[in-house]
Amino acid sequence: MPNGDFACPVPLAGDETIQVAHGGGGRATERLLDTIFRPAFDGPELSRRHDGARLELSGPIAFTTDTYVVKPLVFPGGDIGRLAINGTVNDLAMCGARPTCLSAGFVLEEGLDTALLGRIVASMRDAARSAGVRIVTGDLKVVDRGKADGIFINTAGIGTIVAPYAIEPRSVRYGDAVILSGDIGRHGIAVMAARESLGFESVIESDCASVAEPVLTLLKAGIDLHCLRDLTRGGLASALVEIAETAGVAIAIEERAIPVRADVASACEILGLDPFHVANEGRFVAFVPADQASSALKIMSRHQVSAGAAMIGTIVTGAAGRVSCRGPIGGTRIIDMLSGEQLPRIC
Amino acid sequence: MKYRDEYRDPAAARRYADAIARLVTRSWKIMEVCGGQTHAIVRYGIDQLLPQAVTLVHGPGCPVCVTPVDYIDKAIEIAARPGTIFCSFGDMLRVPGSETDLLATKARGADVRVVYSPLDAVDIAHSNPTREVVFFAVGFETTAPANAMAAYRAKRDGLTNFSLLVSHVLVPPAMTAILRGPTNRIQGFLAAGHVCTVMGFEEYFPIAVRYHVPIVVTGFEPLDILEGVYLCVRQLEEGRAEVENQYARSVKRSGNQTAQDLMGEVFRVVPRRWRGIGEIAESGLALADAYRSLDAEERFGTVGLREERSSECISGLVLCGEKRPTDCAAFGKRCTPEHPLGVTMVSSEGTCAAYYRYRGAEAAVAAE
Repeated sequence: MPNGDFACPVPLAGDETIQVAHGGGGRATERLLDTIFRPAFDGPELSRRHDGARLELSGPIAFTTDTYVVKPLVFPGGDIGRLAINGTVNDLAMCGARPTCLSAGFVLEEGLDTALLGRIVASMRDAARSAGVRIVTGDLKVVDRGKADGIFINTAGIGTIVAPYAIEPRSVRYGDAVILSGDIGRHGIAVMAARESLGFESVIESDCASVAEPVLTLLKAGIDLHCLRDLTRGGLASALVEIAETAGVAIAIEERAIPVRADVASACEILGLDPFHVANEGRFVAFVPADQASSALKIMSRHQVSAGAAMIGTIVTGAAGRVSCRGPIGGTRIIDMLSGEQLPRIC
Repeated sequence: MKYRDEYRDPAAARRYADAIARLVTRSWKIMEVCGGQTHAIVRYGIDQLLPQAVTLVHGPGCPVCVTPVDYIDKAIEIAARPGTIFCSFGDMLRVPGSETDLLATKARGADVRVVYSPLDAVDIAHSNPTREVVFFAVGFETTAPANAMAAYRAKRDGLTNFSLLVSHVLVPPAMTAILRGPTNRIQGFLAAGHVCTVMGFEEYFPIAVRYHVPIVVTGFEPLDILEGVYLCVRQLEEGRAEVENQYARSVKRSGNQTAQDLMGEVFRVVPRRWRGIGEIAESGLALADAYRSLDAEERFGTVGLREERSSECISGLVLCGEKRPTDCAAFGKRCTPEHPLGVTMVSSEGTCAAYYRYRGAEAAVAAE
């Protein structure tokens, strides 16, 4: 006969690492939502615990989505959570919209450290607060170990369009000034250095940040933003070539006008990378009428995220889609999109 | 940035270009040997600053381009073996073999890893004792010392799961082969600065004398190249054929003795086939007898496949400096970095890739 000490073996909660059960929709899922997600993303929409959020919206709306995968999950200057908020916020800002609400979908790999998940979610909370957006709905799935790289995040976002006109490549005009919001290449080098343990003397931090504030201030000041584009994968080069091709214009830029921090420039030299192709997560280019360029620069320089803004070029006559760059010694080269993956060269 | 910005000064570049223009009385063809120099010339538009009489001909100094196709096939064959970890410098991954490339092999499940130093591959072998780790040792004299160090350490540590697939090439024999070519047009050389940092430049003296060509050891920044051209043109105009060192801030006459000693210990000189050029005597390095146990070719008994090249591709002639990328009908149309027909379009140091990247549409139009 069992004595009084006997108790049925109760399964351990096992919440230190993510298990498949955490995505099963049962008690384990609820526990994870209650301990990590709901405290971070708390708000009137989420607290209703319904299948979707009910929103009151008016006027033209911008709607965008992006999925975030990065290795390592945490890198100098940010993590995948911060990226997932700012990336989608920035896409909305590029539409001339004030970002308001986001959804967040998570794919977690079995075995993920729950504390790390907590850190990433807290980082999403902080980034959302500072960008003035709310996370109003979400989803969570867990896949078997080896079927994902720790965590994948999708965020979709909506924002109220503030610009009274369409901000898009086809609005770009001959003579427009091209303004870059700050130094380039930091995010890509920060991630690469962290991933490969390159051990540079100084730590290069990602530029990951929301750029909504300067964009909204530019709009409020009446600057005619013909086109905006945030610089992400593919870097400055891809952004400019895409716009030149879509708008059917030629762009001429000055290499010496483009800010690249000395440590980033050194890393690029060592790795054989072109800073024009290296990823950014808190930079954008703005195409504005030439006579508004200096006002735009002044406004941008007042925001920390765009304090290093510089005018880097203009829309010129020439073959549609052609982006040319005058180099430091006066020679001109063509800027093209990155071909395939960015691969460091031999020597 | 120190050691960079002062070598990209526009006023100084102009002064060099003017000085070259004042020297020139007839036309000269000068070959820059190294792919890194070709890259800088096209990126910074250095050729646009030179007088028309001075033509820069792009040489065979891209290690990715000249690696024979059967070595790429051998690499792919080894990488595809179950349990193998295949380590390579990044830009070898896109080089087409006769049927596929390493990136596609990776996508099909092979464990192919980009390393930044061959010593990283040795570390990977230490931490994966049950798996075969193979490093793809390619390049000129520049990468040879670090690759030799990887072999040296692996042997010293008694690593039994590490090996190297070696396809090293040497610069001076290639220069000689070009000078001996029946249609050679090259009258002077800018020698590769970083190769000379390792090897010094004494081995160029007999070449300069025998073929009566000026050889100027040259760096990679715009002002380095302009000064190298200036020194070379001055020799040509004065009828001299000497070895000069423009890149003295990095290159000593006898080079880096420690590196050379290590190369001498680990490697032996062998004949080597160059992709697009053919076999050149004493132009390659293979593992020395004492290091043969680290030879991946022997360990895995690889055979490689046959060579297959687009009939349109003129990369062999481009590598020898006989043709320019824009002489090719496929350039920028059927042959782009996305869909390369030949190796010179693949590597970032490849001449065709440099033209496409920095001259783009204009170069392609000029080819028509």
